[in-house]
Amino acid sequence: MLANDVLKKSASEIAAHVSKGDVSAVEVARASLAAIAKNDPKLHAFLYVDAEGALASATAVDRARAAGETLGPLAGVPVALKDNLCARGTPTTCASKILEGWIAPYDADVVTRLRAAGATLVGKANMDEFAMGSSNENSAYGNVHNPWDVTRAPGGSSGGSAAAVASGVAAVALGSDTGGSVRQPGSFTGTVAFKPTYGRVSRYGLIAFASSLDQIGPFTRTVRDAARVTRVISGHDGRDATSADLAVPDYEAALGRSPKGVRVGVVRSALAQGCDAAVQSAMLAAIETLRCLGCAIVDVELPTAEHAVSAYYIVAPAECSSNLARFDGMRYGPRAAGTDLTEVYGKTRATGFGPEVKRRIMLGTYVLSAGYYDAYYAKAQKARTLIARDYAKAFETCDLVLSPTSPSAAFPLGSRTKDPLAMYLADIYTLPPSLAGLPAINVPCGFDGELPVGLQLTGKAFDEEGVLALAHAYEQACSWKDRHPPIFG
Amino acid sequence: MTTRISEKEVEHVARLARLALGPDDVKKMQGELEGILAFMATLEKLDTNGVPPTTHSIAMSVPLRADKPVQSLSRHEVLAAAAKSEAGAFAVPKVLDGE
Repeated sequence: MLANDVLKKSASEIAAHVSKGDVSAVEVARASLAAIAKNDPKLHAFLYVDAEGALASATAVDRARAAGETLGPLAGVPVALKDNLCARGTPTTCASKILEGWIAPYDADVVTRLRAAGATLVGKANMDEFAMGSSNENSAYGNVHNPWDVTRAPGGSSGGSAAAVASGVAAVALGSDTGGSVRQPGSFTGTVAFKPTYGRVSRYGLIAFASSLDQIGPFTRTVRDAARVTRVISGHDGRDATSADLAVPDYEAALGRSPKGVRVGVVRSALAQGCDAAVQSAMLAAIETLRCLGCAIVDVELPTAEHAVSAYYIVAPAECSSNLARFDGMRYGPRAAGTDLTEVYGKTRATGFGPEVKRRIMLGTYVLSAGYYDAYYAKAQKARTLIARDYAKAFETCDLVLSPTSPSAAFPLGSRTKDPLAMYLADIYTLPPSLAGLPAINVPCGFDGELPVGLQLTGKAFDEEGVLALAHAYEQACSWKDRHPPIFG
Repeated sequence: MTTRISEKEVEHVARLARLALGPDDVKKMQGELEGILAFMATLEKLDTNGVPPTTHSIAMSVPLRADKPVQSLSRHEVLAAAAKSEAGAFAVPKVLDGE
């Protein structure tokens, strides 16, 4: 087969072709690197391309095949990593000046698992600085462009990962999702984007933003690939104290489940207001498709969800203000000059962090400070309990909850940068599952003109199988996955 | 409308957060935080009487692992990332006054 065509294949297909010897892992790696070289001037999805590392691991895969070994489930599959994931020997900046030049001295747990599965790690993807943002415009190294329309945002904060997969230069990318940073860019770029249950995937080697919410998840072009990658990266890890000590099911096997009789919960009020007309009609059409597949559509309520934005933008900045205290110019990153230690700290941090990161550190420090803790932080954590209870109640009558992933399709670059609050409201549908720790997936479900729209399916804790199975059934009933952006391959 | 956060408070918080903000930064930050905090005030309407705060979204017991030493990063690898190092240690500005 032609090496150029291979990039149009799914990860599962690429791994099968490499295992059979139809194409070598090195040929796939070269095709991916060439596509990045061709497309990245237009997309800026990558902060670092690791040609040497990619070819070395692809060569190892080809040698293993020549030696008659059984190859891993991601043999030769080009994978991009969000730049907040540590991969030994590669620059890892979180798209921040404060980590400029930092070379990760160890592999994140997910990176160790990807390597063992035979993946070819092609580079580090651009992102909003420290994963704070919904448009990728907060990168200190310039924004990412959406492959469907380069004047539009790719979503954020994992915008580079999303653009890499949507444009076909990588079959898989990993992102991190704190309040929607995998699912929302998935929606904006027409990719499958999955946030597993909190604790399912180890956070070891993921540079922390908000530790009680951060979770790593994959971008892929098919639900089958999402199932495969999720299985590869999941599992207990003693280096992450919140890692779940549970067996990891064979998610691909679950894709064979029938959607008949699956109860899908819909919050009618959330559909009636708060999202664009095109998103609303795509949701209604998707609900009809699910009904035709034999699903039972039931009305549910999530009454506390309207407080999710407030609760999230208290809890996440509070945790970020604490986590980002470690960036002080002493142990890593550039150090500013000053006459005493306090001045060095203050100047290092003021010049190293960008505006949104500073805003969130300030907000977080404020809500945790004496006199305000109960009014903001404690209140937000109680709201979080109520949101989790809402889901528990909803799951008495349904198996999954359906909603839009984002209230709109991709918005124009620059259209929301002046108003932090307008940007925060882009997350209204993705925040409730995050606050409750639940697994949620974005699946493409239509278009607003030439721009993709996505639906979100949220499942019970650790029911990744149920989420993936219904997402797969829906995907197979539609043809959205066959439509590609103008920049593809 | 009452002011939720004054410029003086912004300066205080910036000191706590070790962020050197100039006068213009403080002014801008005050306006932005004011808007965000006003939005968050909607939470006040939520009845949370008797509701416990979430400490962990997924219930689990505190895990303990065997107290076995494992290989850590080498001193060389750790110091390689520092802006300044000296005699096998991080070199930092003087913390205490005096000699």
